Amino acid sequence: MMLFTLGIYYITPWIRYDRGEGMPDQAILIDIAGRRFYFFFIEIWPQEVYYITGLMIMGGIALFLVTSTAGRMWCGYSCPQTIWTDLFVSVERFFEGERNARIRLDKSPWNFTKIYKRLLKHITWIWIALLTGGAWVFYFADAPTLFNQIITNSASFDAYLWIGLLASFTYVFGGIAREQVCIYMCPWPRIQGVMMDEESLAVMYRYDRGEPRGPHKKNETWDDRGDCIQCRQCIVVCPTGIDIRDGLQLECIQCSLCIDACNNIMTKIGRPQGLIAYDSLKNFERRAKGGKNVFRIIRPRTIIYSILLILVSVIMFYSLMNRSEIDVNILRDRNPLFVQLSSGDIRNGYTVKIMNKSTAEQQYSIEVDGIENLHIRIDGVDKFDEHGAPIITVTRDKLRSIKLYISIPRNSLTADSMDVRFKIKSIDNDAQDVQVTSFKGPKL
Amino acid sequence: MSDDNKEIDEVTGTDTTGHEWDGIKELNTPMPRWWIYTFIVCCIWGFAYQFLYPSWPLIDSYYEGYFAETQRDRVHAELASYNQIRNISADKIKSMDLAAIKNDHDLNIFALEGGKAAFGDNCAPCHGTGAQGFVGYPNLNDDDWIWGGSLDDIHTTINYGIRGVHEDTRINEMPAYLRDELLNKAEINDVVTYVESLADNSIHPAAGSSEIFADNCALCHGEDGKGLQELGAPDLTDAIKLYVTDRDSMIDIVSYSRGGVMPSWNGRLDEATIKSLAIYVHTLGGGE
Repeated sequence: MMLFTLGIYYITPWIRYDRGEGMPDQAILIDIAGRRFYFFFIEIWPQEVYYITGLMIMGGIALFLVTSTAGRMWCGYSCPQTIWTDLFVSVERFFEGERNARIRLDKSPWNFTKIYKRLLKHITWIWIALLTGGAWVFYFADAPTLFNQIITNSASFDAYLWIGLLASFTYVFGGIAREQVCIYMCPWPRIQGVMMDEESLAVMYRYDRGEPRGPHKKNETWDDRGDCIQCRQCIVVCPTGIDIRDGLQLECIQCSLCIDACNNIMTKIGRPQGLIAYDSLKNFERRAKGGKNVFRIIRPRTIIYSILLILVSVIMFYSLMNRSEIDVNILRDRNPLFVQLSSGDIRNGYTVKIMNKSTAEQQYSIEVDGIENLHIRIDGVDKFDEHGAPIITVTRDKLRSIKLYISIPRNSLTADSMDVRFKIKSIDNDAQDVQVTSFKGPKL
Repeated sequence: MSDDNKEIDEVTGTDTTGHEWDGIKELNTPMPRWWIYTFIVCCIWGFAYQFLYPSWPLIDSYYEGYFAETQRDRVHAELASYNQIRNISADKIKSMDLAAIKNDHDLNIFALEGGKAAFGDNCAPCHGTGAQGFVGYPNLNDDDWIWGGSLDDIHTTINYGIRGVHEDTRINEMPAYLRDELLNKAEINDVVTYVESLADNSIHPAAGSSEIFADNCALCHGEDGKGLQELGAPDLTDAIKLYVTDRDSMIDIVSYSRGGVMPSWNGRLDEATIKSLAIYVHTLGGGE
């Protein structure tokens, strides 16, 4: 699991996706300077952050769903904090040995072995931290280029700054703070209690089987006593340092290390496994009544979450598929509001911003209507379609801002503010946008 | 204080300082350690700062500090480095003619931005922030230009001003027909009616008023009243009036004359800024 998630994190920025010439070929790229977010075939402009919102809602609901079905799966298996802590702990274990050895080392005076072991551990930690920060920046720039720059020491100061910043966070959170982050900093453990019910799966000590607990000698009978032999292995392995036998607790991140530890012991002493196991509160009741364990995954709660999740995904997918390839913004000049020309005509100025979100150069015709006998003028445009509408060329993936003047004869002015309709239509594909704005004149 | 005097307060269990006033003993509760250390660090910081940076006033100067550097110096240095960058484009603008600047994409943007800023600083008080003008101060957005609306005309107007102090300033003066006794009141009345009739067919001027116009006004304003930009004579037939439009005011202008002053910016602004201004004003919407 750890390898899998870490793999995703480190490999993702290196995935290539061909977008054509002049475009980045990184599959997932957050281009801050260019203000784009690329995700395979999707390209999101800053004006479309609602897609990110949608993604977050999806993530949130998925988290709810997982929590109500199987408890803190997220915390135990996919949370970066857990994964990096596990990584850091395994490094520690490699250099300093198991828990008891570590405690001994902790208490021992500062001799050569201790310094050497500690030094190796911290150096490895720092390297992991640096690699973590290093991988992070690859999401924000072309990975191979930046990698080259970093190893040749020619990357920008910002890149090093972020690597340093993230490396120190990784080092502090993974190496030093560890479960303190989950217990004191993370809001999620506090929220998720709401999502769980008596059917939710959680790592639980089956007290109905384990109690009364007590030490057990070989050849003693197992009658009239529980299976728990007080070996304390579950406490020893717990990364957050709790006793699972006290029941469901806030600190438990459901890493299930205690399950593995307990199962080992149970095998050794010849008792059935599963004294600590994924279980639900309801099952305790069922067993007390002499029933069997039932795992009810389909419950109203999970159904609602699933429906919500599917709904949001469908909306997201639909809007992404029907994402407009054009975005138009029309700003009317406010200073001056209008200009009277020498012929008595009234003129308004507009700034028309056309965003070409498609991957090819586009020609857009601009049609304006809503007022009789209006005349439009754009400086520097010499191309018109058959109806006389000016044609503007916008290169792919760019925004072009043009100045457009509308003048109308004095007798077309029927109110001091009238509506005009801009229709900007692509000639090459069927993208179009219609915007209604106002035309101001003197008080009548 | 010696250890013999050490005395524990019964209620709080804290040492006392041994000081006693009216039977009340002072408890010994020192400042927390972290506070003391922070205080010491702050003191060191304070002294170091005084040593490193400008701090003490002297009789006729001040102690400059070990670094002898102020943020003001830094701003000046930064401004100078920016100006250096800007001067590359400004020098180009200086040496090129206006049409060429307008055709150069980058220089055009540079000139427009610079012109916009300079307009706000220098021109907006009279012409308005949007160049919309006021009575007596022309609107620069429209298509009516008293002294010409081409790039070069606008540049000349900005450079030398109108009725300004520069020797090349644009200058003209409308006679005050009544004050200078060139026309009498009745004639002025007639000629104003004639001018009104030029734009409005429903008005019928008095007989003989066209001769008065031809003799007195047409020299500058043209026989059709459409004005002459070379002389700065406004078009009398269009919808745009620099001053007021009602009849009484027109009679006043013919009787006593009127004319504004635009300062010459030559010498007050550098050549690159004036050219930028000309390009900016030309793009406001009415450039010819």
